[in-house]
Amino acid sequence: MKTVSAAIPRTPAAESAPVGKTWLEIVHSWVITVDHKKLGLMYILYGLLFFVVAGLEATLMRLQLAFPNNTFLSPQVFNQLFTLHGTTMVFLVGMPILFGFANYLVPLMIGARDLAFPRLNAFGFWLSAFGGFLLYFSLIGGMGMTGAGSAPDVGWFAYSPLTAKAFSRGHSTDYWILGILVGGFGSIATAANLVTTILCMRCRGMTLGRMPLLVWLNLVMCGMVLMVISPLTAAQIMLLLDRFLGAHFFDTQAGGSAVLWQHFFWIFGHPEVYVLILPGFAFASEIIPVFSRKAIFGYPVMVGATVAIAFVSFGVWAHHMFTVGMTAVGNTFFAISTMLVGVPTGIKIFNWIGTMWGGKIRLATPMLFCIAFLFQFLIAGLTGIMLAVVPFDWQLSDSYFVVAHFHFVLVGALLFTIFAAIYYWFPKATGRRLSETLGKWHFWVFLIGFHMTFDTMHLPGLLGMPRRIYTYEAGRGWDLWNLICTVGVAFQGVGVLIFVFNLLRSLFKGAPAGPDPWDAWTLEWATTSPPPEYNFAEPPVVRSRRPLWDLKHPTDPDWKYE
Amino acid sequence: MSNPASLTADAPDATPGDAWTPPSKGKVGMACLILAESAIFIIFVVAYLFYLGRDTSGPKPGEVLELPILNSICLLSSSVTITLAVRALERGLPRAFLGCWAATIALGGWFLAGTALEWRTLIVKHGLTLQTNLFGTTFYSLVGLHACHVIVGLAMLGIVAALAVAGTVRRAHAPRLEVLAWYWHFVDVVWIVVFTVVYVIGR
Amino acid sequence: MPTASTANVLSRPVLSPGMLSSAVTLAAGSSLLGAVPDPALVPSIFRPESVPADSIHQLSLFVLAVTAGIFLVVFGLIAYATWRFRQRPGDDGREPAQIYGSNPVEAAWTIVPLIIVVVLSLATARVLHEVQNAPMPPSALEVEVVGHQWWWEIRYPKLGIVTANELHVPVSSPADRRPTYLDLRSADVIHSFWVPRLAGKTDLVPGRRNRLWIEPRRAGLFLGQCAEYCGTQHAKMLLRVIVHTPEDFERWVQSQRAAPGPVPDTVAPGRRVFEQTACVNCHALDGTIADGRFGPDLTHLMSRDTLGAGAAANSRDNLREWIRRPDRFKPGVLMPAMNLSDTQLDQLVDYLVTLR
Repeated sequence: MKTVSAAIPRTPAAESAPVGKTWLEIVHSWVITVDHKKLGLMYILYGLLFFVVAGLEATLMRLQLAFPNNTFLSPQVFNQLFTLHGTTMVFLVGMPILFGFANYLVPLMIGARDLAFPRLNAFGFWLSAFGGFLLYFSLIGGMGMTGAGSAPDVGWFAYSPLTAKAFSRGHSTDYWILGILVGGFGSIATAANLVTTILCMRCRGMTLGRMPLLVWLNLVMCGMVLMVISPLTAAQIMLLLDRFLGAHFFDTQAGGSAVLWQHFFWIFGHPEVYVLILPGFAFASEIIPVFSRKAIFGYPVMVGATVAIAFVSFGVWAHHMFTVGMTAVGNTFFAISTMLVGVPTGIKIFNWIGTMWGGKIRLATPMLFCIAFLFQFLIAGLTGIMLAVVPFDWQLSDSYFVVAHFHFVLVGALLFTIFAAIYYWFPKATGRRLSETLGKWHFWVFLIGFHMTFDTMHLPGLLGMPRRIYTYEAGRGWDLWNLICTVGVAFQGVGVLIFVFNLLRSLFKGAPAGPDPWDAWTLEWATTSPPPEYNFAEPPVVRSRRPLWDLKHPTDPDWKYE
Repeated sequence: MSNPASLTADAPDATPGDAWTPPSKGKVGMACLILAESAIFIIFVVAYLFYLGRDTSGPKPGEVLELPILNSICLLSSSVTITLAVRALERGLPRAFLGCWAATIALGGWFLAGTALEWRTLIVKHGLTLQTNLFGTTFYSLVGLHACHVIVGLAMLGIVAALAVAGTVRRAHAPRLEVLAWYWHFVDVVWIVVFTVVYVIGR
Repeated sequence: MPTASTANVLSRPVLSPGMLSSAVTLAAGSSLLGAVPDPALVPSIFRPESVPADSIHQLSLFVLAVTAGIFLVVFGLIAYATWRFRQRPGDDGREPAQIYGSNPVEAAWTIVPLIIVVVLSLATARVLHEVQNAPMPPSALEVEVVGHQWWWEIRYPKLGIVTANELHVPVSSPADRRPTYLDLRSADVIHSFWVPRLAGKTDLVPGRRNRLWIEPRRAGLFLGQCAEYCGTQHAKMLLRVIVHTPEDFERWVQSQRAAPGPVPDTVAPGRRVFEQTACVNCHALDGTIADGRFGPDLTHLMSRDTLGAGAAANSRDNLREWIRRPDRFKPGVLMPAMNLSDTQLDQLVDYLVTLR
């Protein structure tokens, strides 16, 4: 295996070691930074902290649901927990972690020095952080005139008219609205920043057709964010006008339409889940080739499928509304569009398998997580197809089957690729490797827990258990399955603890990584670990999609075949 | 320390056409902002069209709305003046620039004043407020959202005007002002849509 | 008619915090010992007993078969690729052949999924239309269901019956079709009517009228509950559908339409308590001045199985406790505690239990 370490510039030690700086100076440098790498790491850390918080919320809920007619939690607390859990996971965990990775990796992968607008980058981060603070401030500040409220309890999609002043007294719903509204502006800022960076700051030779797939996927994802967060922003402004100025957008007592909120919310909400999963695909598209020792199979098709997914995903939103009473024609249209979006998604799965096919697969921790991702995303896609079949959906909608389906997507697919990405790029960001042994323990323990909880969870749904209920009657055949789901949480918790321990220990005692520990091919591995603040001593020039492959294989470079 | 050999610009077989002028960051960034803002306006327009004709009480659009012809002419002309202003700055004519820039602000201000008067008539004479009925809700929010964007635009134009008067705006700044002009054009295009939906179709 | 086994489900006494540990142990023990619930009461979507639920069931089996086939193929590929192409020990470290793509392969795995999509779409459209647009026959029973936070108002406009939380319908046979068509509305927020063994769910949306139909093939009790989050006690907005033989259904209709008899003297004080307390503002009761619409109609209160839409079994003791403190059965419920004295409470309950 050839390495290029001799040719990689060595950064003088003084540049990276914070010699002679006080703790205050170090913290201050992070707070005022506009460096994309530091902001990226802050986004990821922020997301991981809220991941633990939302995980605890889920654990409490599962404890309550372990037995029928349980009284561990009151309904008021339970309803707040599921609202906070969903809202936190989507807006304070998913989006920040994914923007964090994009922030960190995109400039490095395109050979740039920073994002297009570094100060806007910092602004976007702090705005998103503030949004999270607002949401959780509701725990203290949500009390309204009648003493009602506290944390929001209207569900993460906050259907009208439950969110009207008449049915949601106090200010808890207002904190939900404002927290997400503010965070949404941060997301739009960062998305615009990333799009501009990718379109305007690629190094010489890097045409759009030579960008790493991660950059492509983030470009499409950020383009979607620009169009997709706005409907939610608009709907939330309308809801604020309803609640505070007596407007009638969703006021059913005055002729407003409850279904209109659902349309607006899901016009945001459905593409949003594609926004969340595309960066997961991006991680898989970088990691699977490196650990299979082969180029990605079908790069142009992967790009085309991504763009197709983005387009079609704007036309499927009402599959969340099949029970609302739309016409048969409307229902049929959305059933077909939903099934259609499965085709480019399936193509991607096949291309990943095609990449592994004929390769030499190294089963290191990042690859283990990616293989599990393939398996779990397949299942998630298939349960999604079931939900697209409208009459079947009339039984499955709003039941635990749906909860199982989307946890398969968000945990089984997205979270697994996020774990893979952390194991893969941690050495680059810190200069140290994570422990492979602990990584494998993390993987297997979490995998067992994940399947114990979420495979089982399909069953109560098929047996008639609706979602968002704080308790249930015994004797309906749901008891045993709920108990098993709860036990699985313990395994997942242990897995996450192992992971956190691995992270913290490796930060201080991990083996030194060097610039290219995985023998990979994209530009971020052509600089030191961690990279200097300016990323590259000289802007690179590339001739193919895998510039480091060309360097390592001068007799057999990619540009001869592309 | 230099990069590895074939990652540098003087690689022997770098293919021709690899060097190209990337688009301007300011323009791409502003295009992204315009895309996002368009999506917000589209949702408010959809709400307006959805609720059109569904009121059972209160003033109806046809009863109380009059075509804001003069207002629209002012706003749309301001797009012309801002373009002239930027061209003037590009050609190094600071006085012409400032004059056209000030005209833009004046025309935009007139539009806002006209809108305010229109609202005053609607509220006082016809009793139409945000709370009155669905038309009131959707009308004030859509037109109001647009007016907010005009206000933000005028604020930015005003800052530039102040800087110009202080003498710090130079010819090299023309590309940045063009980006700002894009925002202003966007506000105008939105007005064309709002005008059509509210005052032409809606009535 | 409810079967004997349902009494077990509902006669569980009110759980106090002190009983939590024993309840936990009991539940854990019975779960681990594999205590099997009465299968008739498990609201499984795979045991339909009604025409629309049958259609959905058959379609779902077809879809499950197709997706299972896809799963086996793709999972097989993933598993095989992982095993066959893993790096073996003693590997020479040379990179494998770099394959960048293959147009025929890409075409194949685009076209086959598209075909599957077409097939599934056709099946979906057919069953969708069949269920959603089924024309209402003249023999159909029409029922209005109005969703409230957190109970179901059920009216039979042509029969002049008003009840709550229980839907009584006649059984239907292909020769003598008697489907029930439900007109779904809401008085406050969005709810959803879901009785899995009888039909898919349809939402109750304020400001909108939705339609749902069931055509049960077998008499019996079918359980369901609200399936759209509607606030604090969404979890205890339970549904009971009792399917009667035609004779039993007639008997039920007659008993529900019967005006309440003269009030025995022994319970007259209770009736006075009822009429002089705020009860009359929320509840309606034939033969009294009460005509409130916020809470359920109480005219035939004792003919129902449960109190509080399934929060407690309908017994004298539970009724007394419910009126004393509804919060104990259903925390957050909108019925306030009436702050009656013990005597008033006893008198009131004595009266209410006469309402069959």
